[in-house]
Amino acid sequence: MSNIMNSLYNMRLLDDLARKETSIHRIHPLMKLLTTVTYLIVVVSFGKYEIGRLLPFLFYPVLIFAFAELPLAPILKRVLLVEPLIIGIGILNPIFDHQVIVFGGITLSRGWVTFFSIFLKCGLTVTAALLLIATTGMDKLAAALRALKTPRLLVLQLLLTYRYISVLSEEVATILRAYSLRAPGQKGIHRSVWGSLAGQLILRTFDRAQRVYSAMCLRGFNGEYHTGTGGRLRVWDFLYLTGWILFFAAARIYDLPALIGSLIIRVVK
Amino acid sequence: MHMADALISPAVGGIMLAATTRVAAYSVKKIQDDLDEKKIPLMGVMGAFVFAAQMINFSIPGTGSSGHLGGGMLLAILLGPYAGFLTMGSILLIQALFFGDGGLLSYGSNVFNLGFFTCFIAYPLIYKRLTRNGLTSKRIFGASMLSALLGLQMGAFGVVLETVFSGKTELPFGTFVLLMQPIHLGIGVVEGLVTTAIVTFIWKARPEILENAAAGVALGNISIKKVLTGLAIAVVIVGGALSWFASANPDGLEWSMFKTAGTAELEAPDGIHKTLSELQSKTAFLPDYNFKAPENESESSAGGEEAWPSVSAGTSLSGLVGGGMTLALAAFIGFIISIVKRRNKKATA
Amino acid sequence: MSHHKLEVKDLHYAYPDGHKAVNGMTFRIRHGESVGIVGANGAGKSTLLMLLMGVLFPSQGEVCVGDIHVTKKTLPLIRQRMGMVFQNPDDQLFMTTVYDDVAFGPRNYKLEEKEVENRVIQALELVGILHLKERAPFKLSGGEKRAAAIAAVLSMLPDILIMDEPSAALDPKSRRRLMSLLKTFEHTKIITSHDMDLVFELCERTIVIKDGAIIADGPTSEILMNTELMNECGLELPLALQNCPVCGIKKSRG
Repeated sequence: MSNIMNSLYNMRLLDDLARKETSIHRIHPLMKLLTTVTYLIVVVSFGKYEIGRLLPFLFYPVLIFAFAELPLAPILKRVLLVEPLIIGIGILNPIFDHQVIVFGGITLSRGWVTFFSIFLKCGLTVTAALLLIATTGMDKLAAALRALKTPRLLVLQLLLTYRYISVLSEEVATILRAYSLRAPGQKGIHRSVWGSLAGQLILRTFDRAQRVYSAMCLRGFNGEYHTGTGGRLRVWDFLYLTGWILFFAAARIYDLPALIGSLIIRVVK
Repeated sequence: MHMADALISPAVGGIMLAATTRVAAYSVKKIQDDLDEKKIPLMGVMGAFVFAAQMINFSIPGTGSSGHLGGGMLLAILLGPYAGFLTMGSILLIQALFFGDGGLLSYGSNVFNLGFFTCFIAYPLIYKRLTRNGLTSKRIFGASMLSALLGLQMGAFGVVLETVFSGKTELPFGTFVLLMQPIHLGIGVVEGLVTTAIVTFIWKARPEILENAAAGVALGNISIKKVLTGLAIAVVIVGGALSWFASANPDGLEWSMFKTAGTAELEAPDGIHKTLSELQSKTAFLPDYNFKAPENESESSAGGEEAWPSVSAGTSLSGLVGGGMTLALAAFIGFIISIVKRRNKKATA
Repeated sequence: MSHHKLEVKDLHYAYPDGHKAVNGMTFRIRHGESVGIVGANGAGKSTLLMLLMGVLFPSQGEVCVGDIHVTKKTLPLIRQRMGMVFQNPDDQLFMTTVYDDVAFGPRNYKLEEKEVENRVIQALELVGILHLKERAPFKLSGGEKRAAAIAAVLSMLPDILIMDEPSAALDPKSRRRLMSLLKTFEHTKIITSHDMDLVFELCERTIVIKDGAIIADGPTSEILMNTELMNECGLELPLALQNCPVCGIKKSRG
């Protein structure tokens, strides 16, 4: 039950963050979506053994965090919560891959390399997704989806789901609270009420859906969903997209850390 | 069971996204054709419900642990397969965006694994078939259990296939299967029991809900043929595209299937290895195909072992120095920007 | 000559489970009238409102808005003229921002976006929550949600405003604010409520419903002060008219 309130709190936090007014927030949502997807594709396209070449990709989240004035702690906490699942699968890599590589004087099993690579990729990709929603918000994201020709009905249904998660979460939390007050010592709900507790909620949900549908019809809903006109694309938005794409391409093609490193070594020598 | 972006390759992600989009477009069309716009608020609110309900702890008697509801089968039974599939889609999108449960590149795979198998295969082929002569307690139990179990097994197997084809883990195929399927058997049992309990309750309290969902979907209505054809096409595309990728792309994709395969050479097999490799050879049902990268003793990388070159580059000294530098630079830049911003704010405040 | 805004003739409705919710109701409402509809729980008030809006269709009898009968075909027209505010604002605020909720109606009538914006701003100003237009509904207080739901209906510029239990779950100040707001509205108003004092203050006419039928229909001052009638219908006198609980002085005239 505290799970529910936690996840609700988490969603509201991201929703709040999305309503800030920074330069990043003002970028057109479609550009941010495309940048994020490109980022994900490029990061994920690296091979199993890459770690060093992934490091320049840290610049993307770092810059977004800084320019969009987003708090590090809650978002990174969320990323860390997701990592264990990856670790669960990835930790088997060192078990299975014993071949050893040597670099810089350190001997490491190849399995650990792949493990770290996965860990890093996970961190980067999940952060990118969270940053997308934290700088865009569900509404504007829906507008971006519309721009990509997603059917209106799907977008409407997505927005409705998002809108009612608060309401339903509180209903579920309330009924679980009522249950636990009369069932001390039980951790979850007992088998005998599996059907009726959830079932009642579902029936109430159906009734609510009926009322929402009536409310929609009473305001003229006839199966089509009309959105307002989205924001216009400015030059700045295109620059944002192309800038990042160029950076991702450069970092993908060239081994930037190695270049920087050899430069430094040459200077030092 | 949500797949993360770190474990998927762009090719697999893209293909699954295409497959999911195809099914979604079909579903949207079916809903519009049946003038079922009344379903839209229902899909929205039910989606919110399943999202919240996934956090309910269902105490499993006798074990002291609890299980959770996935919701795929329930959505199919209460809303019909098309609406159920799309609803699952929005739930997963919100989970991916707000919680990182499942990535954006792997969104297509997740919707497919958790929505397609339940709504378009388990529901019509198992649940509907078993309940076509009307509902009774026993039939609900049997149909829900079986469809939940099989739906989840298919979904889990989908995860295995997608992960292996993406080549990001060292897990041998056989072991992975042995890991995933039994776990999801347990999860499937819980899902089946919970779904049974809920559906039975609703059937007793408001049977018309179930009748409405089922009515829109007579067995013949979902063109099973279309569904299976779509699946077959997807499989062909998977095979074709990925093999193209493998030959054209020397860097990054792990493609044991298409290399001259030898059996896996795990060096210095210790306890775990020995047992597991024995298990693997016993369970591998594609014994000619080895899903692990064959170990090359020689380091000659004449385009053969594609992983090595990138490793050697990264392991050189300059790589290390540069890597450290990059990290430091990133942190430094971030720090500076936030300081500057804060100072600007103070100045204008 | 006042033009009848709303006319209900011999309305009957029974739910699928057989329960007769509306048992032969007839009344007329004139342009600009403010009518309160009161009755015990289950008397049939909400069902009546559903029939007025065309959400439910009667088994017998008819509803006429202006000269238009309420039928499936005329619904879009009807719903442009009559706006209904539900009991639970959460059921009515289904978009992700207040602006979008208030814009939902006008957009469905395919107005130009500039016109939509005008209507939204106007409606929000009328109810006094213009500063909340970008807010998400879950961040609103009960009173703010109520105001937003009203704005969402007002943006369609209806002639008749129907409200189901508008003061339910509102704290005293919000309730007072709501009542002051409604007093300024010149629309024809139909308000169902358990809040006898609200009806007493806002509505010059009251219709009392019991078991699906109209028991009384007349000036509020007469009906709500009729102790016998109120008791018979499971209601009470408005608190403002009851004996003073502190010193016991009688206020009502029985």
